[in-house]
Parts: sequence; structure tokens; C-alpha cells
Amino acid sequence: MGSMHETLAAGAAAAPAWLTPARDAARQAWKTTPLPTRKTEQWKYTSIAPLEQDFGPGQPVALDRAAVDGLLPDIGALRLVFVNGHFAPALSSDKLPEGLELVRFAEADDSQAARIREHLGSALPAGGHPFATLNGAALGDGLFLAVAPGASIHEPLQLAWLTAGDGEPFTVTPRLLLLAGENSCLSVVEHFADAGGSAPSFSNAVTELLLAPGATVNHYRLNLEQGHALHIGGVHARLDRDATLNSFCLGLGADLKRLDLVVNLAGPGAHAELDGIYLPRGDEHVDYHTCLEHAVPHCTSLETFRGVIGDRARAVFNGRIHIHPQAQKTRAELSNKNLLTSADAEVNSKPELEIYADDVQCAHGATVAQLDTLALHYLRSRGVSRAEAEVMLSFGFVNEVLESARLEPLRDALRPLLASRFARDPSLMRHLA
Amino acid sequence: MLTIDNLHARVEGKDILKGLSLTIPPGEVHAIMGPNGSGKSTLGHVLAGRPGYEVTAGTVTFDGRDLLAMDTEERARAGVFLAFQYPVEIPGVSNMEFLKASVDAVREHRGEESLDAVTFMKKARAACKTANLDQTFLKRGVNEGFSGGEKKRNELLQMLLLEPTLGILDETDSGLDIDALQVVAEGVNSMRGADRSFILVTHYQRLLDYIQPDRVHVLAGGRIVRSGDASLALHLEDKGYAWLDDEVA
Repeated sequence: MGSMHETLAAGAAAAPAWLTPARDAARQAWKTTPLPTRKTEQWKYTSIAPLEQDFGPGQPVALDRAAVDGLLPDIGALRLVFVNGHFAPALSSDKLPEGLELVRFAEADDSQAARIREHLGSALPAGGHPFATLNGAALGDGLFLAVAPGASIHEPLQLAWLTAGDGEPFTVTPRLLLLAGENSCLSVVEHFADAGGSAPSFSNAVTELLLAPGATVNHYRLNLEQGHALHIGGVHARLDRDATLNSFCLGLGADLKRLDLVVNLAGPGAHAELDGIYLPRGDEHVDYHTCLEHAVPHCTSLETFRGVIGDRARAVFNGRIHIHPQAQKTRAELSNKNLLTSADAEVNSKPELEIYADDVQCAHGATVAQLDTLALHYLRSRGVSRAEAEVMLSFGFVNEVLESARLEPLRDALRPLLASRFARDPSLMRHLA
Repeated sequence: MLTIDNLHARVEGKDILKGLSLTIPPGEVHAIMGPNGSGKSTLGHVLAGRPGYEVTAGTVTFDGRDLLAMDTEERARAGVFLAFQYPVEIPGVSNMEFLKASVDAVREHRGEESLDAVTFMKKARAACKTANLDQTFLKRGVNEGFSGGEKKRNELLQMLLLEPTLGILDETDSGLDIDALQVVAEGVNSMRGADRSFILVTHYQRLLDYIQPDRVHVLAGGRIVRSGDASLALHLEDKGYAWLDDEVA
């Protein structure tokens, strides 16, 4: 087994020639990028030790349609499916609505390649992020999405990044670049899931969302992998004037799961709403690091993350709000509430405020609690068993956040999934969802 | 139906009930009145099995069973219903989900089949009408953002659907305007029957203008100090509770 730097980048697939210079540069950078340790502040509570495996490249695996349908909720969406990083046309929609341009990097024509080159990496933090650098170094293919100015795409787009396979550990490097044109509107559901098989996998996924003035993007990031399907991901958004990002994250736990959600409010009047739910149980781990960069005046951000942590699971939530000196009239709110349903469960919750402007409204709060005994008693006083009452309360705690998700079919599809996280006996969730 | 004998109970280390005895025969409505701090609400909580309310002596027999040995949910399934003075908000769980879970639990205990969605919806709508709650309240989170009066009417809604044999109303009249009070009273009156009893815990005579009690008891210092017919309530309204001081001592 080689060094971790080598094994993590070993999954690199062939890249189109126009991408090679950028990839070579990322490879150079990766070689000297220090791997985070528990002494690295941003990785204090998340160990990357599960990545110490001899990873190879992800191979194409044929999945049958019924299995994929069972895995992905039917939300009436256009669907694109990738299995182990390989596009699966047989499982994907072949028609695109007017106003939506979509091409894989591998199939980009010259003009598309030029636009991809121009924008790829532009939403990433200046100082770099170790796993974004790795994504660039291992990048073979990616997905480029562009919404035409003024286009309002009604049908949501569902991108399924699946892993499946038996045998050797493998890595996958998903990459999405979205350009939302002026005053355009699009809903994208990124759905990460493990489609079965015994092989450990590591997905290192980077999404860049570039919102032109007045654009609205509803972005859903569902990280449903569990166990040895490891995931480290970054969603990096840049919002121009009056753009709106509505972001919803759902994370089940895994042996290792980490998501960095970074939103740059770069044009006055930009608005971001970040909602999230995390539900680790067993021995799982999940880590959300969010960062709102208020770089200009008159922007707003509202953030609500809630987690229910069971058994011996561990969750990390770090919510940073950075208000730059010129970002006057900023309004930023952050709430993080956690419910521990076991004495051995653990959460590390940290709001992190850096405010350099003086005329701002900024509110934040973080709580860690157990199930409310009075609410539990109230339900039981109506005949509901303690076990079912506990499921109902845990469900209600996160369902409040789910209700803020704008896509109704997605809400309907996710409710049973949420309930099933708390009810080991399905009869306990029969009155929910 | 319910026999309470020499009940002593303690809350946060403080003795509140100090030898309370009371018998409620089937089909009767008993009002329990008394000054603040006399233990009225404690009695309701003890009967419903609320955590933190410790029974230190005495017995409570409900339909021949030892009520105090039963878990809270068992009591509810056996037919005890406490309308809370301060109903609890449970955001994220719809009233409908909550009601269905409750009704199913009680029906299952009685050996009855779970109601299908359509039949249940019909019943729930009818109960909404009686409780004068708009049907949209079924879709909202349990008590979430309800006004004080709406919460009380939601308690009535639950009682109508659960059809308990013993309904305990803990100061349901407090904070209610006269219209809401009438709605609650009519709901209770519509449920009165030979096999169903009620305990009305109240501070004021007002509720009893609308629900005629069979017996009125005065609770003071943790014990029943006086019992009588409905006229006792009028006497209390007239004289206040001060004259009881001698009896408590």
C-alpha cells in the first residue's frame, strides 16, 4: 500500500485533454497538501483514519432499474444516474427541458469546455480545501449544468451518485458545476447512496453552484450512504446580486461522513437559506461544517440544522458566519439543535461568528437536549406507548426542518425515511409519514 | 368507578396531597374546587401518572384495578383521560398523526380493529365540529401555535375521539372566553352517560353554570374538607375560600 496521498488519488480516470492542465496543477498541489489530522482545527472531531485503505478506481457496475427505483424516491424529476462515477444512460432520463444545458465533461464540445475551464474551481475557497484539491487531482469526468438566463425549469433535476460493488475498496470523484443564468430558476436534488455490495468506497464529491444576478437555485443534498460507503463532500456556492440559494441537506451517518457547505454572498441582496438534518446512529459519524461568507452589504442568511443522535453515534456541527467589514446591513441567523437519544451519543456543536461590520443583525443559538419528558408524558397520557411516543418526538423534531424543504414530493418521500431512522420496529412508525 | 383512599402525594420533595379520599360513582360529574395551591392540579397529575408526582401513601382503584400500578399509557387505554391545564406543543407531529396513534392504541386495548383512514377522518371531522375547531387544525402540529382557547378545545377534541370512561378536566375553564367555555361544556354534556364519569377541577363556579355537577368537593390543604351538592359551589362563589381556614387547621 502506498502513501495516503497516492492511494486516495489512485482512482483517477482518464480525463479529456482540455482538462489535463488543470488536473496536473491539482496533482502538484495535492502532493504538498497536508492531510488533516485531529490537531487540524477544522478536523478536530473527525478522523480520516477510515480512509487508510488501498483504494482503486471505481468500476462500472450494471444496476437494474427496479433496484435503483427502490433506492431513489420518485419525485417526478428528470433523473441522471452515475454508478461508481460512471454515467448510466439506461437508468437516466434522455430528454431535457428547454433552457437547461447539461453535458458531461467527457463529452463537452470546444465552447462548453471553454466555459467549464473558465468557471471550474472559481467557487472554491482561495486558500483551498484539501479534499477539493484531491477532487481536482483525481477528476476524470464531471457534470456541467447551465440554466439559460430567464429560464425557469419546473421539473426538478435528480442527480444520483451511487456506489456499488464487491471486492476491492474503490474511490469515486463526483464533480458538479452549475451555472444558473440571470433570473433563472432550478431545483437540483443530489442523491448519494450505496446501492449494495461489500466493497468499501470513498466518494469525494465537489459541487460548485454559481448563481448569476437574480437566479434562484434550490439545492438538495441527500447523503444517504451508510457503513463503509465513506463520503467527504463540498458544496461551494457563490451568489451574485439578488440571487437566492435554498439549500437542504440530509445526512445519515457512516463510518466517515463530512460535508463542507460554503456559501459566498458576493452580491448585494443575495439571500441564502440553509436547512439540514443529520441522523447518525449505531457507531456512525457525521460532520457538517457550514460557512456563510457575507462579503457585501444587504445580504441575508438563515440557517437551521437539527440532528438526532442515537446509540454510540457522533455528530459534529460547525456553523461559521463571517461578516466582512464592508458587509453592512447584513442579517444572519443560525440555529443548531440536537437531540441525544442515548447516553452514549455525542455531538460537538459550535457556532462560530466573526463579525467585522458594525451595522448588522446576527443571531445564533445551539442546544443539546434529550427527549422532552413532558411531551413524552402527554403522548403517553393519550394511550401512545412510550416506544412509539419516543419515535414520534424524534421524528417531529427533525420533521419541522423537513417541512421547510420546498419540493413536496421529496418531503413526502423523505418522511418515512426519517421515521424509519428512529423506529427499529416498523409498527412504531405506522402513524407517521 | 373511581375510589381514592387516603392519598398522599409529593412533588419536588413537598407534600401536596395529605390524605385525600374521594369516590366517583359511574355516570356522575364531580367538581373539585379549592384555593390556589390546595392540590387540585396535583390530583389530576397523580391520576394521569405524571413523572415527578410521587405517591407516598394511599390507594386509587379504577374499575376494580389498582390505578397507581399502571403506566400512564395503560391508564389512558383503560379509559382515564386528563384534559391538561397546559397542553403540550409538539411541533413536527401533526394533530392528525397524534390523534390516530391515540385512538388506535385505545381501540387495540379494547380489542377493536384500527379504524381505516376514511372512517377515522369522518370521526375526526365530526369531533372538530363539536369542538368548534376548524379542520385545518388536524394538519397542524400538535397544539403548535394554538391560542389558549384552541388548546383547550383541542383537548376536548381528543376526549371526544378517545371516549374515556373517566374524564378529568384540569382547570379547562381557565383562560377561556365565554363562547369557548360553552363549547367545552356542551362537549362534556354531550358525552355524559351512565357509564362515564367526570371530575371537573376548577377554581371558579362559572364552569358549573354550564355543566351541572352531581357533587361538589372542596379541596384544601391536600384533603377534601367539604362535600355537597351543586349549591356548595354557589356558596363558595359567594363566600370565597377564607371560611375554610378553620376546617383545614
